[in-house]
Amino acid sequence: MAQKNLLEINECGIYCPQADVYIDPWKPVDSAIITHAHSDHARPGSRKYMAHEDSEAILKLRLGQDIQLETTDYYTPHTINSVRISFHPAGHITGSAQIRLEYKGEIWVVSGDYKTEGDSTCAPFEPVRCHTFITESTFGLPVFKWQPQEEVFREVNKWWKENAAMGKTSILCGYALGKAQRILASVDPEIGKIFVHGAVANVNAALQQNGLKLPPVTYAGPDIPRKEYPGSLVVAPPSALNTSWMRKFSPYSTAMASGWMNTRGTRRRRAVDKGFVLSDHADWQGLNQAVKETGCERVLVTHGYTAVFSRWLQEQGLNAQEVQTLYNEELEEI
Amino acid sequence: MKKFAHLFYRLDQTNKTNEKVAVLKEYLTEAPDKDKLWSLALFTHKRPKRPVNTTLLKTWAAEMAGLPDWLFNESYQVVGDLSETIALLLPAPAEEQDFTLSYWVDYIRKMAKLPEREKKELILGAWQVMEPGERFVFNKIMSGSFRVGISQNLMVRAIAEVLDKDKAVVAHQLMGSWHPDTTGFLQLFNENDSAANLSRPYPFFLAHALDNPPESLGEEEKWLAEWKWDGIRSQLILRKGEFYIWSRGEELITEKFPELSALSKHLPDGIAIDGELLAFKDGQVLPFNDLQTRISRKNVTKKYLAEAPAIIFAYDLPEFNGEDIRSAPLSERRARLEKLVKELDQPDLLRLSPAVPFNSWQELYEKRLLSREMVAEGLMLKSKYSTYQVGRKRGDWWKWKVDPLTIDGVLVYAQKGKGRRADLYTDYTFAVWNQNKELIPFTKAYSGLTDQEIKQVDNFIKRHTKERFGPVRTVEPELVFEIAFEGIQESKRHKSGVALRFPRILRWRHDKKAEDANTLVELQEMLKVYG
Repeated sequence: MAQKNLLEINECGIYCPQADVYIDPWKPVDSAIITHAHSDHARPGSRKYMAHEDSEAILKLRLGQDIQLETTDYYTPHTINSVRISFHPAGHITGSAQIRLEYKGEIWVVSGDYKTEGDSTCAPFEPVRCHTFITESTFGLPVFKWQPQEEVFREVNKWWKENAAMGKTSILCGYALGKAQRILASVDPEIGKIFVHGAVANVNAALQQNGLKLPPVTYAGPDIPRKEYPGSLVVAPPSALNTSWMRKFSPYSTAMASGWMNTRGTRRRRAVDKGFVLSDHADWQGLNQAVKETGCERVLVTHGYTAVFSRWLQEQGLNAQEVQTLYNEELEEI
Repeated sequence: MKKFAHLFYRLDQTNKTNEKVAVLKEYLTEAPDKDKLWSLALFTHKRPKRPVNTTLLKTWAAEMAGLPDWLFNESYQVVGDLSETIALLLPAPAEEQDFTLSYWVDYIRKMAKLPEREKKELILGAWQVMEPGERFVFNKIMSGSFRVGISQNLMVRAIAEVLDKDKAVVAHQLMGSWHPDTTGFLQLFNENDSAANLSRPYPFFLAHALDNPPESLGEEEKWLAEWKWDGIRSQLILRKGEFYIWSRGEELITEKFPELSALSKHLPDGIAIDGELLAFKDGQVLPFNDLQTRISRKNVTKKYLAEAPAIIFAYDLPEFNGEDIRSAPLSERRARLEKLVKELDQPDLLRLSPAVPFNSWQELYEKRLLSREMVAEGLMLKSKYSTYQVGRKRGDWWKWKVDPLTIDGVLVYAQKGKGRRADLYTDYTFAVWNQNKELIPFTKAYSGLTDQEIKQVDNFIKRHTKERFGPVRTVEPELVFEIAFEGIQESKRHKSGVALRFPRILRWRHDKKAEDANTLVELQEMLKVYG
């Protein structure tokens, strides 16, 4: 019998037969390791979970307070049936991790989602040397190039200031988990008051329970008098755009922070006043750099521009393959 | 050009009219005069000649970015715009510059006659010193696909406010064959500049679709009904012996229809006639398709002159005896036009678009049903008291089209859209069943779904792809859509044997399964009746 792969993809997710665990399964399983708490990676219904300690509260908020959850710090190895499993910083969102698995000298790393640029809401991405690297490819096209975030936030601050000068509220949309906290931690709080949508407030509270530091913000609830809003910044999830919830902030200017804002088509489709190119995923260069620094022999490319990125890696002389997964269900919403 | 690139970006990013006018005004106040003129020229589709084809642009850009052609093309598929793809893929600029818009336009124009090798050197040189935003605009100017969401009306408003002039006057002055080389910004909008006035057409008065039953318009006798012809809305102009034909898209099409130039010998000088340019033979209006075949040719050959001779069906008379008579009531303009056409007596070149007589709205409902037989799209209703206005206005002129023809087709192929629909599957091909229970593609359609529906269909396509051929996916035949169209023609180029005019999606038939879609036999029946 041919030797089994350390990891394989089956109908439930990425599976390690030797340890009998799944990583980010999309169907309920017995034992699930979770790279991060976004809903396409952390799904409900499994019997027990293992995740990084910084995502404990947020996972419970999203999957249920009564889930059976074991948490860990980065680097500490956990041995299950001779497979050494450890978590390593992925730099994607608070508590996000790459999962390293080692068995009989063979090392696999599952990246989950990652970005190579650091941000203050999470530990910076660290390349982990391995034989096989399973990488995402959300932005696996050379048209995706990010500017340093200092430059992006300089633009955000400028936009906010200009709106404030005109007596407008600035409504900035981004994922409630990850993007929203990165925005809150990076904008200049001297410009004005900062409010958040309820969805963001809930996530903030959960992450703060696990120690995340954020500047003071106020929940934009029904008790806040409308006259408080002009000149302020409101951080909200994209789903709040064009809903009646926004009426109370009038007059306002809208913006979206997302990697997809890189192209004119998406910016126009989104119909916001301003698009900031800010992503929690690696850009083209970041993906290439990450693959290179693992020193891996083989790359499995999951969710995103899988066909393009794997063909490109093959042309660079790597053994690369596309793998079909069920991640990135919600990418359209970013 | 940084300023112009910024203007473009800001116009592109907002849907708010007031904001667009404000940014444009800002630009028209600050930019050098030549740049003002070039920006207006570009916005009104006056562009330098394209120096190189897109294949070369792609090749050179891929080379400069150090990417294989396939990866360049994949990127293009996702971005959905060649100019933008190039702008994004090239490495960061090596040097800084801030030359004017006119400098770069001249740079592009000078290239036209140079050998390919030198063109390449110049284009790469330009890319190397530009920020992505500038590159994008530069590529747009170069590839002749310069479009920005700014209407004629909006531009007119901004200019009128900056110069403190009347909007109607500015609108008229903006039209015609002016060129930034031969005029100045202030000169262009100077009423006494007679050379420019010579060729200038009037802004077309356009009708809104009738959104209430015609009874709502009041008494029948106040209204004139005409057929709504399906040709090229045009203006004939003869001033100081110079003859011009303008299309509604503000293109000079005089050369395309040489037979009509004979009219210049017969028309009185100082005249502008608004009418429909149609193909007309043996006393019959021909379908638009025949005209289309003719205009798509580079040279008008004898064959086309014989097969699809052009005629003008005159609607209106904005200028007569060198005088702007747009403020006279339609009944008066039309009486003069009628007399003129009669005296001219050139029935092969110019006719009066006939009035459709009616005594009651009920009678007009019945006449409208004859539209297809007349090769017309429906009726036009015009108040007899109406002045000749500027642009699309409600109230005095209405178009009352016949309901479209429809057929239910199955979605079989999909391709990603461009521009606003980039990276979404929005370009669909539909099929009907033949007698052997095979699906035969019969049309493409791009529009008619809401953004929400597009998202759902896009999702379906991604999950139900059978095969990929380059950018095209074949899809499991499951979704049924009702396709509306205005006309049907025999076509040897299409497997189905038919070509549709203005096909679009009328609605998603959630209630139908693929096997409930229409058949090729039914489509061919429509060809027999309406073709």
